[in-house]
Amino acid sequence: MAKEKTAIVATGQTHHRSSRLDVNGIELIHEAVTRCLEDGELTIDDIDAVVIGNMDHFEGINYVDTWSIDGSGAFMKPIIKVTTGGTTGSTVGHCGYHLVASGMFDKVLAIGWEKNSESDTTAAITTAFDPIWDRLVFAGAISGLAVEAMAYMVKYGATEKDAARVAVRDRKHATNNPYAQLRKEVSIEDVMNSPMLSDPIKLLDVCPRTDGACAVVFASEQYAEKICDRPAWIHGISAKHPYNYLGDYDWEDRLPSMQMASKELYAKAGIKEPLKEIDVMELYLPYSCAGLSWIEALGLCGPGQAPKLLWDGVTDMGGELPINPSGGVIATNCIGATALLRISEAAVQVMGRGGKRQVPDVNTALASGFGGCFWSDVTLLKSTKPK
Amino acid sequence: MTNQGVDLLTINSGEAEQPFCYTVGLEGSKFLTEIRDNKRFVGIKCPKCGKVYVPPRKVCGPCFTEMTEWVPVKDEGYLHSYTILRFAFLDPETGKEKPVPYGYAFIRLDGADTDFQHYVEIKDEKKVKIGARVRAVFEEKRAGKITDVKHFVVID
Repeated sequence: MAKEKTAIVATGQTHHRSSRLDVNGIELIHEAVTRCLEDGELTIDDIDAVVIGNMDHFEGINYVDTWSIDGSGAFMKPIIKVTTGGTTGSTVGHCGYHLVASGMFDKVLAIGWEKNSESDTTAAITTAFDPIWDRLVFAGAISGLAVEAMAYMVKYGATEKDAARVAVRDRKHATNNPYAQLRKEVSIEDVMNSPMLSDPIKLLDVCPRTDGACAVVFASEQYAEKICDRPAWIHGISAKHPYNYLGDYDWEDRLPSMQMASKELYAKAGIKEPLKEIDVMELYLPYSCAGLSWIEALGLCGPGQAPKLLWDGVTDMGGELPINPSGGVIATNCIGATALLRISEAAVQVMGRGGKRQVPDVNTALASGFGGCFWSDVTLLKSTKPK
Repeated sequence: MTNQGVDLLTINSGEAEQPFCYTVGLEGSKFLTEIRDNKRFVGIKCPKCGKVYVPPRKVCGPCFTEMTEWVPVKDEGYLHSYTILRFAFLDPETGKEKPVPYGYAFIRLDGADTDFQHYVEIKDEKKVKIGARVRAVFEEKRAGKITDVKHFVVID
């Protein structure tokens, strides 16, 4: 149980691009940290401890915690590195929360970053999986997701066009986000006519790879309202990392880890009808079909009903529950930062600092992280203090 | 290498090799040697939940229990799910582009409760679908590797 009420009080992110040749990794981190401190009108001296995360094998740098000191501002401060694959950013966020909620520190800086342009992303992801049993046929993130999409579509009758609707939504939303990498709208036809990568996933169904970083400050109750006039209070987190080998996954079960995580989170936060009670979601949807089956896992509708929700515009800006006002992962995917961006963007919505991507009157926001072997992390933020 | 018209400083290992020598464990070894010597699959059963794991391993993670009971598993089963890989990508195991297209299959062997991952032949793509019955094709010369199974073929 949390000892200290904890809130996000400041956020910052880089301008994300497929390749940021103007900065090295340390300088990329520095850009996000500086913007985060500016957002909270803080200096680095205000920060008590730092958590940082990325996936080591993308850059081939193994001591990121020490290597990045000039960028992170962790000079002479406690710093730890965490890495959990795609969920790295949400784990970084959860660690930041734990460090404050436990009463150990008052102001913790959480940083996620990746410079995916510096290596071969698919090859690097493949090395994250078991060398004997997974790697022979595995082809990076897309292959596993394609296998999941195939199982969902066959079992529930969803179509590639239904999935394309998710990509169209996220890419449209991204045009409102000055930081997003892909800021050009696409149509259903564009998605359907893009090259098939791995049945049934096409080029415009999947996320890009990105250079980018994100930073967030978690603060205890004593400081939160002094730093931010409308902090985003953490009302609960849940992390479910159930699988080891890909062969153990229940392909047609619609992301069981997300079902377990959201069920636990809703129970902690007293949420009974997520579609009605949550105002906005920032979800780690690395490919279009996830925007169908995984929102079913989140309890927004019953099995196989997500396509209708999408076509009815329920999850668009202006809909009952807008999903990914930032444009989400399909528009920007700096992997170690991706899940922290979801938490950060959810906090931005609660704080009311979203500019053109702001959803009106947000009191409750949910952020998700995805990665590893079909793992899920969720975080619930509110404008009101937890009891 | 270049990016945006700029020459990049590229660091590589040239022709040098840095091989990894992985241990597969006693259970993994038995699985691979059964394929090599007898063209047979074996699974291992959890004493607590009863789940039969293929490939076998020492511990059932959800029960956190050690497993010792070997269970024979057939060289036939069904396609639990699959995809056909069509984009060229760098295979980190060889450093070369993987030949595409290929069928990436999760096969539920008869008698198992988890999936075995391998290639499924895609000569006739129409036959490759979820639920299709498949059978393992073994290599003539086998060396105790996962590639002793050449691939699976649809037998429907």
